[in-house]
Amino acid sequence: MSALDLDPGVIGRARSAARAIADQVQTVVAPRTTVSVERTVLRLLGVDGVRKRDDVPLPNVVVDHVAKHAGLEGGIFRSLAAAMLATDSTAQQVAEAVAEDGLTLTHPADESAVRALGTQLGEKAATRIAQRRAERDQLLEEYGTGPDPLHYVIVASGNIYEDVTAACVAARQGADIIAVIRSTGQSLIDYVPYGPTTEGFGGTYATQANFQIMREALDEVGEELGRYIRLCNYCSGLCMPEIAAMGAIERLDVMLNDALYGILFRDINMVRTLCDQAFSRRINGRAGIIINTGEDNYLTTADAVEAAHTVVASQLINEQLALDAGLEPDQLGLGHAFEIDPALENGFLLELAQAQLVRQLFPESPIKYMPPTKHMTGNIFRGHIQDALFNLVGVWTGQGIQLLGMMTEAMHTPHIHDRYLSLENARYVMNTARDLGDEIQFKPDGVIQNRAQTVLLKAADLLEEVGEEGILASLSRGVFADVKRSEDGGRGLSGVLSKSTDYLNPIEEALA
Amino acid sequence: MTDARKVDLTRVRAYGDDLDDGQVQTSFSLPVPFGDEANEAAKQLAMKMGLEEPMIYHTHDLGEGFTFFIIYGTCQHSVDFTRIEVPKITAKKRSFYTINQAIEETFGRKLRIIGGCTGTDAHTVGIDAIMNMKGYAGEYGLERYPWIEAWNLGSQVSNERLLREAVSFQADAILVSQVVTQKGVHRNNLAELIDMAEAEQIRDKMLFIAGGPRVSHEMALELGFDAGFGPGTLAPDVANYVFDELHARMNESVENA
Repeated sequence: MSALDLDPGVIGRARSAARAIADQVQTVVAPRTTVSVERTVLRLLGVDGVRKRDDVPLPNVVVDHVAKHAGLEGGIFRSLAAAMLATDSTAQQVAEAVAEDGLTLTHPADESAVRALGTQLGEKAATRIAQRRAERDQLLEEYGTGPDPLHYVIVASGNIYEDVTAACVAARQGADIIAVIRSTGQSLIDYVPYGPTTEGFGGTYATQANFQIMREALDEVGEELGRYIRLCNYCSGLCMPEIAAMGAIERLDVMLNDALYGILFRDINMVRTLCDQAFSRRINGRAGIIINTGEDNYLTTADAVEAAHTVVASQLINEQLALDAGLEPDQLGLGHAFEIDPALENGFLLELAQAQLVRQLFPESPIKYMPPTKHMTGNIFRGHIQDALFNLVGVWTGQGIQLLGMMTEAMHTPHIHDRYLSLENARYVMNTARDLGDEIQFKPDGVIQNRAQTVLLKAADLLEEVGEEGILASLSRGVFADVKRSEDGGRGLSGVLSKSTDYLNPIEEALA
Repeated sequence: MTDARKVDLTRVRAYGDDLDDGQVQTSFSLPVPFGDEANEAAKQLAMKMGLEEPMIYHTHDLGEGFTFFIIYGTCQHSVDFTRIEVPKITAKKRSFYTINQAIEETFGRKLRIIGGCTGTDAHTVGIDAIMNMKGYAGEYGLERYPWIEAWNLGSQVSNERLLREAVSFQADAILVSQVVTQKGVHRNNLAELIDMAEAEQIRDKMLFIAGGPRVSHEMALELGFDAGFGPGTLAPDVANYVFDELHARMNESVENA
């Protein structure tokens, strides 16, 4: 028996409205590709590195080159394959020749040879991804993992080597997931920086080398502790699908990967993001990565009590879009947050209602629960208590991933002992209240039951409204997070292209 | 209860539960392995901070050669409270209704205020609390003020764009929010804005106001701003300051004319 008596009729109504919205998104996505999607194809074909004279990443060099000389509408692969076949070279060799030796790529002559090569290389890429996934499965089986909710902490020094130290300390203090926060602003650059990095602002650049360095360190400390330590990064921004490819190759386990976040919070063009999220999720799905969605952020700009239903509505949309991209329900870390004003009487009851509602709506998904941020102050002592209450709701309602709050939230990126204190807080609260949820039923017609029903009902209504109006128009109207975005505004629109009728993407085909 | 007359304001010391007991708490980590030597190192460091007889209340092995400490001790330092001077914003406290009325009566036009989070900062919590319709902690934001035209540019606005938009918006005041920082980048961003404004000769055409958890009025003045607002600021604080300052400047220019 579930703790909340939710009306299955309303749930069904909400889900089918979300389904219809996802169908609308498909009509936006299907006829288009983006420069970042094409760069991702190159990465999964093995292209990596930078042009020597200016450090421009080779995937950018080649995509920009083809856009200029042959056009990208048919996909990057055609032009690349023509050169690979003509000179019997690898994708990397062709990319280097374009960057360093002035090779010009043109349209291919022999279509069937290109298709055959595409199938072969697509399969190879899919196998490479599958191998890393199998490796994770084996390690998880060997070492196991902590109990739910998994303890997720961030490292954010700007220097990948300092991050490694912080991550290993956190793992020893009980962390299950280490997220390396990206340098602020990375989401808005239209390339992925290259190599290990030691300078960043508010975080550390997501580069493939940094992924690898952290992966190795976590494997090592995990082996010592006998617990698999998951690695998380940010598959968002203008390079969303490229980060997915890098994560698949370096065996990341969790990725922030939201369909709408970039539109709302980074002012990235909505068509660009919708196309990019679809391809990135296709890769994440195949890589066995758990995605985290960003609905928690809605509550940093909108009010957590008034806007609670927008979180649920967005989760249902994110769910349908993710299923479309081939993700399984157990890969969906749908996001929400403990952001109600602490001064509100009975606010805790509303938090509990929301967390339990989300838990019950997505029973197979590892819900990602975010800590208080908006109402954290410089009073670290009070902040520690807010985080304790958040931890109580997390264990009580059986959230899957608990992003642990730091008492110094909103003041500075975490210090080494901030993480320890936070992990100790979670361990204490969750251990002492482990099975509380199994013991509690909520009073029929009580505050918690009624709140959950109301939020669910409003979410269903909103979804129907959005479906009727159209998702793009709704985003323009500021339905989510009180943020308004226009269809042709935002960053990255120039990187969106209409596919030609013979568009070819061998990676997409292999992962479909 | 403390007998206030006993406090020597020229020699103020930290207070725990008895006047002049000098009690303070500090917590920190050291990059040395847990153990007796680590404790001794922490004590010595605490003594160098000016803590006499430091007591280690808690110590914890963080692993990887790090140790965490919570220490209490008797701080031997004192400060002369009688010689302290802090630059302050001396705006009147008027309510939402009074300030709007004052703008209408004094200027007879809407005051124009533009704002944003500059540089790579994506944390709009602060600027949103001041500017957005809804406001924060029960106080409406500037967008709600009938006699203020407010435009919040949001996150990650370049200084260049902020100035350009401010000029075309004919702003009376620019609000710059800086929340997340690392290695002092917020100071550099703020300083750069003023440099650019001076280069474009618009520094004196509008009020430059900085805000954020690490911003103080004193620091903002140092960086060349007209005012700085720290944590806990609400929309009326900013509106009142802008009104008073523009009013004062208007009177000045009338006197000079």
